[in-house]
Amino acid sequence: MSVLETGAPRRFERRGGIDWQSVRTYGGVVVIVVWCLAPFYWMMVTAFRDVGYTFDTALWPTHVTLDNFATAFDTSMGNHFARALGNSFFIGACTTVIGLLVGTFTAYALARMQFRFKSIVLGVVLGASMFPGVAIVTPLFQLFTEIHWMGTYQALIIPNISFVLPLTVYTLTSFFRDMPWELEESARMDGCTPGQAFRKVILPLATPALFTTAILAFIASWNEFLISSLLSSDKTQPVTVAIAQFAGAQPHQEPYTAVMAAGTIVTVPLVVLVLVFQRRIVSGLTAGSLKG
Amino acid sequence: MAGIDLDPATPELAPTGKKRKYINSGHGKRAALLIAPTVVVLAIVIGYPIVSAVVLSLKKDSGLDPSTGMFVQGGFAGVDNYVHWLFQRCTSADGQAGACPPGNLGAQFWQSTGITFFFAAVTVSLETAFGLWMAVIMNRSFVGRGLLRAAVLVPWAIPTAVTAKLWYFIFAYNGIANKLLHTHILWTGDEWPARFAIILADVWKTTPFMALLILAGLQMIPTDVYEAAKVDGASAWQRFTSITMPLVKPALMVAVLFRVLDALRMYDLPAILTGGGGGSGNATTTLSILVVDQIKQGFNSASALSTITFVLIFLVAFLLVKVTGASVVDNPDQPKKEALQ
Repeated sequence: MSVLETGAPRRFERRGGIDWQSVRTYGGVVVIVVWCLAPFYWMMVTAFRDVGYTFDTALWPTHVTLDNFATAFDTSMGNHFARALGNSFFIGACTTVIGLLVGTFTAYALARMQFRFKSIVLGVVLGASMFPGVAIVTPLFQLFTEIHWMGTYQALIIPNISFVLPLTVYTLTSFFRDMPWELEESARMDGCTPGQAFRKVILPLATPALFTTAILAFIASWNEFLISSLLSSDKTQPVTVAIAQFAGAQPHQEPYTAVMAAGTIVTVPLVVLVLVFQRRIVSGLTAGSLKG
Repeated sequence: MAGIDLDPATPELAPTGKKRKYINSGHGKRAALLIAPTVVVLAIVIGYPIVSAVVLSLKKDSGLDPSTGMFVQGGFAGVDNYVHWLFQRCTSADGQAGACPPGNLGAQFWQSTGITFFFAAVTVSLETAFGLWMAVIMNRSFVGRGLLRAAVLVPWAIPTAVTAKLWYFIFAYNGIANKLLHTHILWTGDEWPARFAIILADVWKTTPFMALLILAGLQMIPTDVYEAAKVDGASAWQRFTSITMPLVKPALMVAVLFRVLDALRMYDLPAILTGGGGGSGNATTTLSILVVDQIKQGFNSASALSTITFVLIFLVAFLLVKVTGASVVDNPDQPKKEALQ
């Protein structure tokens, strides 16, 4: 969990003259930052640009307007962006809560208990995380058509859980494993039942980990597209699908600036979340994929 | 193996050599209860669809029977649906089986497979090389390390659907890409530009993630190894090839495995950026896009195709794990691997 935080940075040796090592380092840093942020910056600049200047190439905002955001929320062209935002929040919240509830217990058992078939359970969870969504979408499509679930919220939440659950189990297992054993032990000595020890000692300690996992799960659900594009209706459509199908005032005309405004709205909360919780997200991500 | 139930009294040796007792050990029933919800959920959301897909794939699509002209419910098809994809055999209106005509989805199977593997090979190679370089930079000490790591997470945090729209705009005919390059390329419409656009967008989005995984591996390498190598007069390049590379390899292999599997199921990016089109109309159709196109025409052949896709991805995962020895199913009870032993 703390691998990334404690990693000792290499020291530089400076002995006068130009320090080529740090020139190379900072050069690299600039390249990486520009590479990562330039397209995102371009999206934001375009989002604030008057639609008549869509293809303006000035690298800073020109003809600034908020009209594009109004257009994004405008329902007269058949777009329902506000509803889609609400849908994504609702689907993401349900997926996260269920994934966390189910995943926490499994992660605790995997990290802190001895039992038969542990490696098999781990293998199943890992296998599930590598699963191609396209392999389950056909039967789900048919099943949901038969039981009239097409376009319902549960038809979107249930498949999402299959992506989120392996992630929560893996991330939480590594967090639980790194927790001190003594606290739980002494709680048990003091007469706590295993359930009480878990509730009173482990859970409070795990709150930050649960929070990190919740962010990761929510982002994963927020990003889902394949299943939602097939199983949602106009009413339950999440934002990813809504943005992909954004219609302009004229048919066959791509409303670029409105799409960029919508993209900005969808992305900025996530980016803020990522900036604020950067450390924990990184440790959660690497814990989920690299164990060692 | 963790499968063996140790006597509760037997203390386990923790990695540090410290005694680590499983205070809950010997409670297999409780563990089973805690694990059960996950197993049940996974069985419902993944197990059932998989079994159901295989069953569906062995049935005929319902539709008009070519010989009688009547609407039929399908029936058992045996491996017909698989033959349809693998050997591109189609049944024509008069009931004759023959090669699929161009334009039929069946004729696209091998091309889509080729494109899917091509995308996976190119994007993962680029991401590995670039990600490794980024990780080495991020591992150095400099002012604003935290900021850099946050910046690197931005492409990862943007939903792929939005990423696809963003690059669609960048690669528009009047867009910034053509302006900066002084070109007039139909980036999302022509065969190779479309493929290039997808590769670039994918590399932009996922390299940071790869870099973070590699960085985690890099940070487990103790600094004194480098100091010792420096004292022995090893050059920076020698230190990279004989210390960094071998030691970071396990982390690198896991990252590569994850990325390959991700790239093989690529859907959002090509579906939105080029609509699977470009050039002949399907120059960027990946297997996932083909499955979705087929779902709209018939479930059962779509099931066969999704089963084939799944088996292909599974085989690749299996081979990668075998060849590279990536230890992905790592046992929490085993001592953590020391970077140096």
